[in-house]
Amino acid sequence: MKIKRIFYSQKAAPFLFVLPFLLSFTVFWIYPLFSTVKMSFQSILPGQIEWIGLTNYEKLLKDTTFHTAIRNSLTYMFFSIALLIPFPMFFAVLMDSNLVKAKGLWKGALYLPALTSVVISGTLFRLMFSELPTGQMNVFLSFLGKAPIPWLKEKGFAMCALLTLCCWRWTGVNMLYFLSGLKSIDTTLYESASIDGASAWNKFRYITIPLLRPTTIYVLTISVYAGLSMFLESFMLWAGNSSPKNIGLTIVGYLYKRGIEKNQMGYASAVGLTLLGMALIINVIQLILNGTFKKEEN
Amino acid sequence: MNINKKKLLSTVSTAVFAILSLLVLFPVLAGFLASFRPGRELIRRGLSINLDFSTMSFSNYTYLFSWNADSKKYFMWFKNSMVLTLLSVVLTLIICYFVAYGLTMYNYRLKNVLFFLVIATMMVPFEILMLPLYQEMIDLKLIDTTAGVILPGLCSASTIFFFRQYMVSLPKELLDAGRIDGATEFGICVKIMMPLTKPAFAAMGILCAMGSWNNMLWPMMVYRSSHQFTLPIGLNTLLTPYGNNYDLLIAGSMFAILPVLIVFLCFQNYFIEGMTAGAVKG
Repeated sequence: MKIKRIFYSQKAAPFLFVLPFLLSFTVFWIYPLFSTVKMSFQSILPGQIEWIGLTNYEKLLKDTTFHTAIRNSLTYMFFSIALLIPFPMFFAVLMDSNLVKAKGLWKGALYLPALTSVVISGTLFRLMFSELPTGQMNVFLSFLGKAPIPWLKEKGFAMCALLTLCCWRWTGVNMLYFLSGLKSIDTTLYESASIDGASAWNKFRYITIPLLRPTTIYVLTISVYAGLSMFLESFMLWAGNSSPKNIGLTIVGYLYKRGIEKNQMGYASAVGLTLLGMALIINVIQLILNGTFKKEEN
Repeated sequence: MNINKKKLLSTVSTAVFAILSLLVLFPVLAGFLASFRPGRELIRRGLSINLDFSTMSFSNYTYLFSWNADSKKYFMWFKNSMVLTLLSVVLTLIICYFVAYGLTMYNYRLKNVLFFLVIATMMVPFEILMLPLYQEMIDLKLIDTTAGVILPGLCSASTIFFFRQYMVSLPKELLDAGRIDGATEFGICVKIMMPLTKPAFAAMGILCAMGSWNNMLWPMMVYRSSHQFTLPIGLNTLLTPYGNNYDLLIAGSMFAILPVLIVFLCFQNYFIEGMTAGAVKG
């Protein structure tokens, strides 16, 4: 009888439904998060765990390879945001106007890269950015009368390759985000602005940009995370986790190198938590500057 | 605006997208053309659009389907990817649906706290948790098992979020109607509300399937024995510096895109709907 009552109880039901989440949250989120915090204060060797306080973090401060990784990840994040917000926004506005023909076709084509696995796209890009004069990018350069470039061997060029891959994969996706944001803007606003004689630029500046802000903030937030935690793209471009002079090393790449390849879980945990700290700080600052929290208080 | 000027603008805008689409399709097209050439050419020349049809043949594809040792290996990865994708999609959808249902359809004090926890899990990138999770999987003896690959991702916050967004707008009166008819809470959830949520299932199912099909990092850490490998891991093992397997690699890569491409062409709108759900209100 008692068991039967549970099935009809409106008090117990929500908790039964949410139970899988609570389990997964405890086992696969809280627990690993705490254990990585714990491990970051430890030196972990097989069968020999030692508390060493802040030593891992102190070592990180002096670790020049880690600094290279941070610099690479921050540069990548910065440029990926600089490229993947304005351009997709512009394309979305253009796509939303009734000027463009055959919209479905272009949307499908631009979304295509998001369908491919990083293994495949990374391999294709690695071969296109080949240092050989017959690789696609060097073929382009020779059209322009320039000498071939060892793309994946020099710092600035390597970042270009990473960013090209990034833009290739995400321009279409971000455009679709902005398109769905544009769909939620009331069209009568544009009509009344037109009656008042507003120019296309002013409509964009004073209606589209402010009303697209929730979408922009969303894209910005996920781009900060995605940019800082980029790993597989660099893993695939250099066919493994090692690039010459660490030009393609990212923070997560370094975490992987220390944690998985060298089995230094404690040190790698400190790397991971530094990354988490950076991502949270950047996003909180970004959200404060964008006034997101203020709005919620009102 | 006069008509001629508008026509010109329209042509220019369409041309912008045509050029952009060409640029985007370019690498895939180059890969597709290269898949009809001997793999060693990729090592010798890199990848570029090469329209010399005289050197092209179907030999990579006949090799891929020849059912020799390499071909069998490839289709084992293919099968593993299929099984993994199917399992994780079905389980993720069911579990996330229930969780979202519990977070939407009832009023109770902890509801907002629970929802906040769901959102909180999105604030930590997976890459940070992968190391302790890997350790945990070793401790739980789940390393090298499919359960180890699937379990941590089952309660996907974004999927729960999407289901919730969808369910908020469903009429709650239906729940009371069900209760009057004597249905259990679980019965109402499955028999009455689930059919109404079908579009959300479709959108999320497609998105989860694509994610799972292409997922590489976590499966690569969990799976150790080669008979468990999925397509992305398997293709990655072909990337040896000697390039002796590039025939299989290039043809296999192109063939691996095919299932996703077919699903995408059939259900394009679901893709877009599922993906952009978080962006407007989120």
